[in-house]
Amino acid sequence: MKELEALATKAPASLTPQVLLETGLADGYVTKPGPAQGMFVAFNERGISAIQLGVDANEFEDWFHGAMGRPAFAVDAMPTTLERRFDAAMANGRVGSLPIDWSSMSEFQQLVLRKTAEILPGQVRPYSWVAREIGRPKAARAVGTALARNPVPVVLPCHRVVRNDGHIGNYAFGPEVKRSILEDEGMDVAEFEALADRGIRLTGSDTTKIYCNPTCSDARRTTEKHMVEFHSEDDARQAGYRSCKHCRPAAA
Amino acid sequence: MDQKKLATDLDEAFEDLVAEFRDGLYSGVRRLVPQSVDAEDICADAFLRAYRALSDMPPASIRRLDLAPWLWTIALNLSRNAARRRARKPWVRLDAAWDATAGGGGPESVTLDRAHVESLLEGLPLGQRTAVVLRYIVGLAYSEIAAATERPEGSIKADVHRGLERLRRSEAS
Repeated sequence: MKELEALATKAPASLTPQVLLETGLADGYVTKPGPAQGMFVAFNERGISAIQLGVDANEFEDWFHGAMGRPAFAVDAMPTTLERRFDAAMANGRVGSLPIDWSSMSEFQQLVLRKTAEILPGQVRPYSWVAREIGRPKAARAVGTALARNPVPVVLPCHRVVRNDGHIGNYAFGPEVKRSILEDEGMDVAEFEALADRGIRLTGSDTTKIYCNPTCSDARRTTEKHMVEFHSEDDARQAGYRSCKHCRPAAA
Repeated sequence: MDQKKLATDLDEAFEDLVAEFRDGLYSGVRRLVPQSVDAEDICADAFLRAYRALSDMPPASIRRLDLAPWLWTIALNLSRNAARRRARKPWVRLDAAWDATAGGGGPESVTLDRAHVESLLEGLPLGQRTAVVLRYIVGLAYSEIAAATERPEGSIKADVHRGLERLRRSEAS
């Protein structure tokens, strides 16, 4: 029956992506406006799984497959709730209720990135701060590696962690991108780096006798007249200052 | 299809299973559901159910599984349910009639022949249509159709025979 055999056809190209997305064997992705051209955002039923900046669709798909071991397919839109939460997270600079797919990350990397997500927009902390806060004070280098491999940059704000010497340091998508994200978040990067150049790591107020990370919101409230500068925690303590309970420049 | 791989690493091998069966499944389902039902959705649903079932299955059972008839058992159930749901909603018949008049591309003579065979096929009783579609459009063996429909092989052969006879007769008239 040739006439019948001729009725065999190819399945629509969209069938395989549909199946792999629904089984969770592939992620969907969309492009979003972001801090650099071409922000690709991948997601699955667990949440946001990956973000890359400054790439095209082919580069993103290749990178995703290599990094995650499963394909990602372009879709028309994120699910409505996820999209609303994503847009809110981007607008507020805070993860908030946005679900993240942590499954590709080691326990250590999750710890580092969850801690990093506590740093408010407009502020930065050094690698050593993250290491100490997660109870691994000697692991600053491993913290750096975990941040450099952040699969969900921008949303999980690895850009808010800077070098221990106070310079803003490197970024997976280039230091210029890091600088511009930080400036968009309201940080005066030039002023921060000028302090670092003079060897200043901490600032305090001579009225409260409290010292802070220079970008702490409390430090920024201090007027110039009352601002004091310190090279180290020892300096500050010897001068009779205690550490800020909000930005915790030293363990309490 | 490497069923050993399917049994040991389902997530890795499942994409190969989809690639191997999608065209056959889609070609067949399209002829077994009303035109107003989206055959692609039925196929996606069938694969999804297959994946879930395989996830719960011990590897030894996956290795022994006769994949084509097993998948078709799932797809036939879904097709039947979808057709039944449509039948309970008479207003969608209007859509179906509209779809039928809209037609598809291709050279006209081919389209005509095709449309003719398609409509003849649609006129067959479901049992005969299922047997004919699975045998000649999908290309399953009689034994596989019997397993998929859970009916004796003899009945399938008789259905295919009667179905073809009826198609030829209506074509001649």
